Formats: sequence, C-alpha cells, structure tokens
Amino acid sequence: MAQIFHPSMNTFSKATIFGGMFLLASLAFAWDRINRSAYVTEADVVRDQPVPFSHEHHVSGLGIDCRYCHTTVETSPFAGLPATETCMSCHSQIWKDSPMLAPVRDSYRTGQPLKWTRVHDLPDFVYFDHSIHVAKGIGCESCHGRVDRMPLMRRAHSLQMSWCLECHGHPQQFVRDVDDIYKFGKAAQATSQEQRVELAQKYGIDARQLLDCGICHR
Amino acid sequence: MSDTNQYPVDERNEPTDRQAPPCSSEPDAFDWDMLREELSSGGEQRMWRSLDELSKTPEVLSYVQREFPRQAGELNDPASRRSFLKLMAASLGLAGIGLSGCLRQPEEKIVPYVRQPEEIIPGKPLYFATCTTLGGYATGLLVESHLGRPTKIEGNPEHPASLGATDAFAQAAILSLYDPDRSQTVMYAGRISTWSEFLTAITAELPALRERRGRGLAILTETITSPTLADQLQKLIKDLPEARWHQYEPVGRDNVRAGAKLAFGEYVETVYHFDLANVILSLDAEFLTGMPGSVRYARDFSNGRRMAQPNRPTGGPSPAMTRLYAVESTPGLTGAAADHRLALKARDVEDLARAIAARLGGEVDASARDVPSDVPAAWLNVLVGDLQDHRDKSLVIAGDGQPAAVHALVHAINRRLNNVGRTIEYVAPIEAEPVDQLASLSELVDLMRNGEVTLLVVLGGNPVYNAPHELEFARHCERVPFRVHLAQDFDETSFRSHWHVPCAHELESWGDARAFDGTATIRQPLIAPLYGGRTAHDLVAVLAGHPELTTYQILQNYWKERLGSDGFAKRWNRAVHDGVVADTRAEPRTPEWKFVDRVSRRDPGLQAGLEITFPPDPTVWDGRLANSGWLQELPKPLTKLTWDNAALVSPKTAERLGLSNHDVVELSLAGRTLRAPVWILPGQPNDSIALSLGYGRTQCGRIGKGIGVNTSVLRPARHEWFAGAGVLKSTGLRYPLSVTQNHHSMEGRDLIQITTLADFKKHPDFIDQEHRHPEQSPTLYPRHEEPENAWGMVIDQTACIGCNACVIACQAENNIPIVGKEQVGIGREMHWLRVDRYYRGGIDDPDTYFQPVMCVHCENAPCELVCPVAATVHSHEGLNQMIYNRCVGTRYCSNNCPYKVRRFNFLEYDALFDYGGEQAPSLKLLRNPDVTVRSRGVMEKCTYCTQRISAARIEAQKQNRPIRDGEVVTACQQACPVQAIVFGNIRDRDSAVAHLKASPLNYSLLGELNTLPRTTHLACFRNPHPDLEGPATIDTPPVERTVIDRLLNE
Repeated sequence: MAQIFHPSMNTFSKATIFGGMFLLASLAFAWDRINRSAYVTEADVVRDQPVPFSHEHHVSGLGIDCRYCHTTVETSPFAGLPATETCMSCHSQIWKDSPMLAPVRDSYRTGQPLKWTRVHDLPDFVYFDHSIHVAKGIGCESCHGRVDRMPLMRRAHSLQMSWCLECHGHPQQFVRDVDDIYKFGKAAQATSQEQRVELAQKYGIDARQLLDCGICHR
Repeated sequence: MSDTNQYPVDERNEPTDRQAPPCSSEPDAFDWDMLREELSSGGEQRMWRSLDELSKTPEVLSYVQREFPRQAGELNDPASRRSFLKLMAASLGLAGIGLSGCLRQPEEKIVPYVRQPEEIIPGKPLYFATCTTLGGYATGLLVESHLGRPTKIEGNPEHPASLGATDAFAQAAILSLYDPDRSQTVMYAGRISTWSEFLTAITAELPALRERRGRGLAILTETITSPTLADQLQKLIKDLPEARWHQYEPVGRDNVRAGAKLAFGEYVETVYHFDLANVILSLDAEFLTGMPGSVRYARDFSNGRRMAQPNRPTGGPSPAMTRLYAVESTPGLTGAAADHRLALKARDVEDLARAIAARLGGEVDASARDVPSDVPAAWLNVLVGDLQDHRDKSLVIAGDGQPAAVHALVHAINRRLNNVGRTIEYVAPIEAEPVDQLASLSELVDLMRNGEVTLLVVLGGNPVYNAPHELEFARHCERVPFRVHLAQDFDETSFRSHWHVPCAHELESWGDARAFDGTATIRQPLIAPLYGGRTAHDLVAVLAGHPELTTYQILQNYWKERLGSDGFAKRWNRAVHDGVVADTRAEPRTPEWKFVDRVSRRDPGLQAGLEITFPPDPTVWDGRLANSGWLQELPKPLTKLTWDNAALVSPKTAERLGLSNHDVVELSLAGRTLRAPVWILPGQPNDSIALSLGYGRTQCGRIGKGIGVNTSVLRPARHEWFAGAGVLKSTGLRYPLSVTQNHHSMEGRDLIQITTLADFKKHPDFIDQEHRHPEQSPTLYPRHEEPENAWGMVIDQTACIGCNACVIACQAENNIPIVGKEQVGIGREMHWLRVDRYYRGGIDDPDTYFQPVMCVHCENAPCELVCPVAATVHSHEGLNQMIYNRCVGTRYCSNNCPYKVRRFNFLEYDALFDYGGEQAPSLKLLRNPDVTVRSRGVMEKCTYCTQRISAARIEAQKQNRPIRDGEVVTACQQACPVQAIVFGNIRDRDSAVAHLKASPLNYSLLGELNTLPRTTHLACFRNPHPDLEGPATIDTPPVERTVIDRLLNE
C-alpha cells in the first residue's frame, strides 16, 4: 500500500506540535506581561488633575508633613484629601493670583468641591486601612514610593495582589520605626534585618494572620 | 380603583415581572389519617417542619435531594441562552487581548469637602440617637451614618423600650427611607405641584375657616404620643374650637382603653414587668412583638427564663424559670414560647377569662357563660392553681384584639392576685389624647356623609385602605371639597385626596415621641429630606397660620416650655444626644377601682359559626410597611410564608372542608366577600380562620402593589379583631404561595435538644457527648493552631422567640438582596440567617420551637475541602471566610454543607430586582460601605460580620492591646431583643461566650459529623407544670430514618 503521508510530514507535524505549544506558551507569556504592564496596572501613569499639584514641591521643597493635608491617615481607613479650605490656608496669602490655582479659588468661592482623580485605586473588593499600616510601622514610601520626588502624582507600584503579598508575607522586610513613617529615602528605613525583626516584634505584627484572605477581602 | 378588592387570581398566569412559582393545579390534599398515624407512631419526640415533610410530597423530596431544585434561568431579558453564550465568547476573546474593561479599572474621582465639617472622619461611621415609632409608640435607636448617609439601625441601649435591641420593623426602617417608590413631590389632583402652591391653596381657605371658628375642619391622625404635635393640635383646637381632631390606628388599642375605662372609669396605661413574674398568662396577647414596649418586654421575659447566663460561670440553670401559659386565637410568637399553649377561638377567650376570674374569687357577672369546651378542665385547674400559688409574682395580660371585658377582667385578676404595683403598674396614658378611635373614625365618616366637613387633613395613616370598608370611608370622603393627605407614599388615601404632601421619613425629620413607659425621645434627623418631605408639625403650623415655622423651631419652642429656658441649650443637647429626655418616665399611679363585670353583649349570629380573625401581619404590620422588600421577603415566623397573606386554617378544619394548601376560597362576612388562598397551619384553632392585615395594596410602590388580599374589605367595623358567622366557599382555583419552610432542610436529624426544667434537674448531662463540642474526635485534617482570638458564637434556643429581628439586621448590615416571590418559591432566598421553625407533637396542636441557623464556621469545614478555587478558606481566627472575588460559582461548597447555610446569587439580584430592571440610585445610598456588594454567580454566607471584627481588631492593634470581650458585636446579636445570640473570643476564658460554651446545655448542631462548629446552640428549655403533660421527656428518641437514608438504600 502506498504511503499516504510524504516523509516530510514528520518534520511538518513536529513543527506544528512544538510550534503550537511554543505559540501557546508565548501567548500565555504575553498575556501575563500585558497584565503586569503599566498599561494595565497604570503604574507610573500620571493622571490629569484639576490643579497640577506638586508633592515634590510641598514635601521636599517646603517640608510640609503628610498629615497636614492627609489628616485622617492615623485614624481612618481613608487617609483623607484636604478640604479646599486647607489649600486656601496658605494660598490666600501666597500665589494667590496664580492662574494655576484658579480652580482652588473658584471652589472656595462657589462651594463646589474640587474633583481629583484617584491615583491609588484598589478594586472595590479590597478593604485597605491606612491607619493600621502607619500604626504598625509601614511608611508612606513603602506603597506610594518617593512621593517627595514626584512633581506630579503617579502610582509607584502596580497595586496588584502579588505586590501586596510581598509585604503581607514578609512584613519584617518593610517595617520601619513609627517615627519615620512620614519620612522618605534611605535614612528613614530601618537599616538592618535584625532591627526590622525587632520592630515587627515590638509592634506585635502577627505575620500568620496577614495572609488570611479576610484581612483585606470581606 | 375598586373597593371590592378581589384577589388577583385571574392574573396569575400572566407573565409579570414578579412571576409566581408554579404550583400544581391539582390539589395535593393531605392524607390526614396517614399523617396522624405517622406522628403517633413516631412518638411525641419527633420533630417535624411541615405537613408536606410528613407526607413526603414530591416538592419536599426535591428540596431534600437538591438544595436548589432548579438551575439558574435567564436574566429577565429577551436574549436567549445561545446569544448569551455568543456574547460571552466574544467578551472572553476581548478579555484575552487585554481590551476588556475588567482589566483596567474605571477612573474614579475623590471629592473632598470645601470646608471640612467637624466630627466627620471619612471612613469612620458616626452614630446618632433617634427613634422610630410603631402604632405611635417610640423605640430608641442609634443610627450608623457614613458621611451623612444613614446605613444601619441599631437599638439605643439607654432607651427603656430598646435597651440596645430593636425589632424587625425598626431594622427595616432604613430601607423605607431609601425606598425609590416613596412619594417625591407635592401632588394636586394627580399632577405634580409644589409646596408653595399648596400653601397658597390652603391659606386661601383659612380666613373663612377662622370665621367659622374652625367648623368644617377635620384632622385625622394616627395614635399620637408626640408631646409637641399634641400640643400643636390642642392649641389649634383651642384656637378653632369647632374644628375636630379624629384619630384612627388600624391596629389600634381601643379595647385596651375601653377595658381600662370599664375597670377604673378612666384611661390608664399598663406597664408590665415580665422579669418579676414567675407565672405569666397571656390571653391572646402577642406581647413579644408589635405591642408598645414589646422589645423591652421580650428582654424582660427572656431574663426570667434564661437558663444559662454569661454571668453565671457554671452556666448552670437558674433556680426558677418563668412559666408561660398562652391562649391564642392564631399561632404567634407568644404561643411558640409558651410552656402551655392553648389554641382557642378568639370569641371564647372572654368566657375563659371570666372563668379564671371567678375561680380566683373575683365577682363576675351572674349570667356568665360556661367555660368554652375547647378548654380542658385539667388545664384550667392547673393554671388557676399555679396563679394562686404565685400571688404577687404572676402576671396576666390580655391581647389588644380582645374585647374590653377581657381587659377589665384581666385587671380584676391582676388585682385579685395582688400583682398591681409589683409585676404590673398603672401609669397615666402615654398617648396624647386617648379616645375610642373606631368611634372617632365613624364620627368622621358621619360628618363627611352629612357634608359637614369642608377641609379634611389626614396626617399620616391610610384610612381609605385600612379603615374597615364597612364604614365606606373612601366613598364618603369624596364629599369633602378640600382633602389633604400627608404620607410617605402616594397611597390609596393620597389617590382620593386633592392634595398629597410627601411626608418626611422619621430618619430625615425632627420630631419627638414617647415610649411605652412614657419616656420621651427627641427624634433627630440623620439626613436632610431626600425629596423635600414635610412633617405633621409643618402642616399643623400651616393650619394655625404659622407656615414660616420650621419643625425644629416648633419642637424647640415646645421643649423650652417643658425644660425651662434656663440652661435650655445644654439640656436640649443632652436630650438629643442621649436619645431620651431625662425624667420623663410616667409616674405609677393607683387608679380607683370601679369594675362591675358584665358579659359582653354579642350578636348571637356572630357568636356561632366560622370565626374570622384579623391580626396584624407579623412582617408588614397594617400595610404601611408593604413596600419594604425586606419585610415582604421575611418569612413570617410561624407560617414561613413570604410575599403574601393567606387564610390560615387548622388541619382539622381543612380536613372537614376538604381544603388543601394553595386552594383559593371565598370568604364572606355580612355580605362582604373576599378571595384568599388557604394555608393549613398546625396550632390554629378549629373553625377559626386568621387573615392578617396589610396586603392587597392597590396604590403602593412596585414592591407591595397588588400582592395578597386586603382584609379590610372583610374586617367589620368592630372593636374586636374577630367576627363570627363567616362563610367559606371553595372556588376551585389555585394560587401559588411562596413558603420557605421546606427550604434548606437539615432533614430529620436530631437538631434541637429539648428538655424541661424538672428533667434537667434530674439529668443535667442529658446531652450526649456526641452533641457536645467533640474536641477529642479524631480527624485526618491538621488541627488549626491556637490563635490569640478564636471567634465563636452561642445561640440560646430557650431565649429565642423567633421574632426575625436578626434576619433583617443581617440583611441590612451585609447588603443582602431580596429575590422576589418567584425566586423564593424555588428556594433561592438570600438570607444568610434563617430561623427554622420546628414542631413537636401531633399535627393539630404541636409545640413550636425556633432555631436560628447561619454559617456555624466549622473548624473542620466540609465546604473548604471541595472548593476548586480556594474561594472559601479558613482564617487563623477560625472564620470560615468566603472570598467573593475568587468564587467561580461551582456551588460544590453549598452541596457539601450539612447546615445548608450557603446562598448562591443565581441572578444579579442586587442590581436587577424589580425596580423596572434598573438599580434605583437611592438604594445605593443604603449599602454598607464596609461590605462587598456581591454579584451574580457568587456564593455567599454569614461572615460573623467580619467587617466588624476587622474594625475592632484594627482599633485594638493600634493601641497594642487584645480585643476586649464585647467589643465585637455582630449585627444579629445587636438586634436580638432577647440577647439569645452571644459572640466573642472563645479562647478568652473570661468572655461571655466562653462561659456559655462551658454550660452543660451547650451542644453542636450536627455534632456527630465532627465539623466542630464554632457556633453552638444551647438546649431549649421548657418549664411545664408537673401536673400537665410536659412537652418533652429526656428519653432520646430513636434517630429518625431519613428520606436520604431511604434513598440510599433503594
């Protein structure tokens, strides 16, 4: 009986089988990369805001403490955004005619609040609480990055769950002295591993519980 | 609108939004002999849930075999399953290349304040003291508010009528605040109008009215306890002496008032002290729910019965336990809690009361009738003996629906027993102007008929719907040339009025009210009126010629007089903050005894024949709550019926008349007829039919419109809530009712441990080891490590009265959607917490037991093992967590759950339910922001209020201290009037919950499965009199062969 398939089919079939597997693998890889890309996570994407507020200028330039504006960071899940009144406490005196600040003045005058675009936006099924993080020695910098070097606000990290778990799995890698919560840069971080483990113990951080799903999801 | 409110039987096959579940057109008549035989062979101990279960109807079998008898259907859209799959495929494809919206989050805005208000911390709720009223009487509340948006109602611990708890009605008040169907504008003759147009119109009437000294003005209110409103009305009447103030409350207390008048010659209010009584007799009184002060009374009552108490470290039984005898004309909570229950036709209660009074040595009418034949002689003898043995420690209470003579006789009995000043006390009337309300309403109707009313102002209330149709209020009010109606909904009365003014909800307006014991509360608003609603205060001020006054000013002016203007601001702030005005409790008084007993004159025609009773509905009350989806879907405590009322008949009567469930019958009373579906209810007196009020609304929101039957059509204009000489006619029609009693069945296992006080003293270890927390049982799975906090719960089944407050509290706290009648009919209700009702004894007059069941948080949780995506996992603190965003909806967990406590969101109930297919924006304000709003295809269940645990844990961790006992209070625990639910850290040996777990009464539900539930139950105690046959003995019944066993064997 004559051969149905030409011998070259061997090569062809190998190529299609392995090629197909390779293609699937690369598609999966590509999808994964896309999902972790800044395009999807929107890390490092600068958002349009009503006023081009510079954290760099206010934090490192003027040395204003984070809590001057984010007043509820130590008491509430939500760190808080300053009321227009807070902006105007300075800007009724300085830069009071700046065209960039016109929306702030308008808001103060008309009573219409400013509408800022949320930069750090967790999915709605995640319940993050600022107050417990700052109470347990997690600095602003750990999640928000070097805000003191951001002329315009952007996300420093992906905010994906795997990123959260880096710390929730190993909190002693990230913990710092509570006095250094609102500081930035190397100097503010606890220097040695021993120091950090000690701090974690001092703050009573129970690492086992931090991986319970119900800690963030409910 | 038609007055003859016929049952919508003809519409039942039309495909409406709220389709009823199909019921077989063939009557599935019960084989009564078989049922009786089955129970007598099963022994007295057998627990059963329903007649269907006993007769093993195919419907019940389907519930047992499959938790959810039907698969998910389509959403209510025309797209077929095929096009759905096509769309899904397309969207999956888009998702694959990262273009789908579910990968990138939509942009969100943060909107800070312009000027930061004091006290408000975004993310932290505030609590404000206020109150809600039912029948005019106040219950104090603390309302949780998120950024100015009230989300959850809790009881005010400082308020005497609440003590921190609420009933289901108060819990549901938050939903009525956000009800999208609430009236939103002033209406004139069916057209949208404005408040100022209304002002112009009514002000034009006023000068003429003033000239006539108010003649022609009639104001109709419900019962009013508000001191300010009463003061306003009294001043108005003083100003316009010919004006009339009428009152009508459909679930009124006319009999209570008339009874007091008979006994004392004046109106007095009775305040009860159930905690001080050792023997209680209830004569058709439902004092555990709905009555003024019933939340408090339920607490007092349970305190006298609680066996294991947190403060008694051994958890041992208390030395004495209150004994409750209940006579009931329809099964209710009181009878279910009773040690000795007697089902008696409502009309026979008077004769019984008189017989008791006579035996206790009271002087009664010589023409007294005989003791009703339904009362066993032994029962009466034991009862009278028991009352005599407990002089000054007994308490007798008569039901609001019983005639005045019964109330007067009860006053006489309490007097004979020396209870006055001990277990009961008399105070001056709490309501501002006690009158015979039915007479007041009839008088108004007469005035209207004679054309003597020119301006009718109805302040709240809905008389067109709920006044007995015999009075023909609707017809006669048409003669009034100017009719104004203030109401929260555009209802039947609004429909018949020229002007409709939207009424502000209690949570959005200032006001005041008094509680059952006289304590006044200043009601503060939580939010500005959503739709510009007005209050009764506003309207009366307009009539008095002061439209410029705000409710707040009126209120302050009144209280300035009461509290004195010296330091008023401080006292006012204190009263508003505390939710009670100090020192306003009514003083006890001793009214003069003037009673001469006289047998009630009764129409002999009403005396005989079929009796029909008209109790208030246990969920929608008199119909004012009909548009509350939560209450509509709340299974009624005894019938487990949802979304409908029904004619409740006893098994014997059903047998005699050849009725079966779902049959539609025609009931006639004095020429008025009504069609209603039948529900056979064990424990209902024979030849007596109970038809609850509150249904058959014709002008109502989308939830409550057109469901059930309006019993006001049939209800006679009589003081008693019953009538005789009813005629029942079969129609041959069938109507499907959605009843949850067979859903989520744990099926025939030994679920409720019951004992009596006497037996317990002999056998304190009556619960076998298997049902105790079986710590030592071997398991293949690793034990969880010991954490700092191990959450656990104990439910005291002796204390539980089955009032359902916990169910609504859970619904409000956890954003639980309603699903509608059709979905309930196929077992898809979403309540995380259900209250199972079990019967024990024969089918005619069984004992009733309630068992609240929610996720028990097993330590060896069967659900966790079968989830393929680890969406339900164990936390270190012992919580069986449900992670919604991981859940893919396999429902394996639910299948493997022996407690049947998992709920699956088959359709997107939350977004789609019945508001025309769109989510009403106002309902979004209702959501608890700390709990995820679940979507379709996701399993959910009780979380132990993990959001509350989280909040407490974070607070404690911030202060580097352990969580204190009592710091975490679950929503169900908070609401429970009888404190039957205790939650806490079981690892903490000093916690209340650990003490209870150590009690010999503590047992695990289905403990034999070694699931190690963290929620355990305390055995149910009854305290029957030794001379009467007790409801329980300690002989363990043979384990019932279950349907499942049989199926396995076949």
